[in-house]
Amino acid sequence: MNLLPGKNPPGNWAEFLEGLWQRNPVFVMVLGMCPTMAITTSAINAISMGLATTFVLAASCWMISLMRHVIPKEVRIATYIVIIATFVTVVDYGIQVISLSLYEALGAYIKLIVANCLVLGRAEAHAARNPPMASVINATGMGLGFTLGLFMIGGVRELIGMGSLFGISLFGPHYQPWVVMILPPGGFFVMGLWLMVFALVRARRDHGLAAQTQGG
Amino acid sequence: MHESIGQILISTILSGNFVLAMFLGMCPFMGVTHSVKVAFPLGLATTFVIFMASVCAYLLNLVLIPLHMEYLELISYITVIAAAVQLVEMYVKKQSPELFRALGIYLPLITTNCAVLGVALFQTARDYNFLQSLTFAMGGGVGFTLALTLLASVRERVRFSQVPNAMMGTALTLMLAGILSLAFMGFAGLGGGE
Repeated sequence: MNLLPGKNPPGNWAEFLEGLWQRNPVFVMVLGMCPTMAITTSAINAISMGLATTFVLAASCWMISLMRHVIPKEVRIATYIVIIATFVTVVDYGIQVISLSLYEALGAYIKLIVANCLVLGRAEAHAARNPPMASVINATGMGLGFTLGLFMIGGVRELIGMGSLFGISLFGPHYQPWVVMILPPGGFFVMGLWLMVFALVRARRDHGLAAQTQGG
Repeated sequence: MHESIGQILISTILSGNFVLAMFLGMCPFMGVTHSVKVAFPLGLATTFVIFMASVCAYLLNLVLIPLHMEYLELISYITVIAAAVQLVEMYVKKQSPELFRALGIYLPLITTNCAVLGVALFQTARDYNFLQSLTFAMGGGVGFTLALTLLASVRERVRFSQVPNAMMGTALTLMLAGILSLAFMGFAGLGGGE
């Protein structure tokens, strides 16, 4: 960790990495569940949704951070929401330009980024108190962590539910797809299983540490 | 889209349940379903807000579409919904302070509840007329309350059962929700072709 530049005070890079993994928005903070479940039926959808959210997160945190001394305390949430909604509208129209099929696949869930607790949470907890650069880095880290989380769920669901990854068939024509995984219940199951895996790994690591200290 | 009122009602409550099939309103679904006593009132409060949001969105569309200002859709929806939630919050605070305390942070969070914004967006996307929109909102709210109450009762039941350590907490809730969602899929087709 000492190799990372800008370690002291909190350290932008450390914070960036923290958002990416240690405080991953999907698995650790469990924020923004609606898109996590709804659009992770395939890896490509998951990644596009993640990147769209990252953009909204970074852009609105930057804007909010710039305006943090101007916004009156009493109406701050309303102001944040209007700023976020503006950037979501930008993304919404942007995706329509880039790929219409993607836009149809994601549907109303792009607009629902507004209601993603992650974005408002970051705005309130970080952007409102830090200078623009720091909050953009923090937001990008969180956004990419979110993308990673979505990909880990979407990838598994696509792999099991359709036998493919990024639309490329992996198991050959004889694979019997486990369709329930790309249906709504699959979202719950895969997310639950990931959380279980993390809990197991953590338990094993803690156990190992305890054994080490006892032995030494 | 020529769905009849009955079709919309049944499909939004059961097979197209907001929480279990469309994943709208997951935060309260995970957060406040530890007891039925809290989950049920929150469901009712959300139903009311969803209903208001639906009416507001319909009226806003009457203004926005003739003026070709659809790009303001999202911003105007969320602002109007936020104001509506504020009203409900003031009302609950006055009527029953203990309920207000029990709901805690989740009441203001209804604003950022996807179900509320979702109902506004989906009814616009599906070109529902006024009556269809109201039914959609009603069914969505009832379905939301149903899912919340069901999960809360299941969680109350499993609280004292032996669960592997790794499954404790959110993982267990997700698994339960998955099974619940699986059960609701059995209703597929009841509301007529999806």
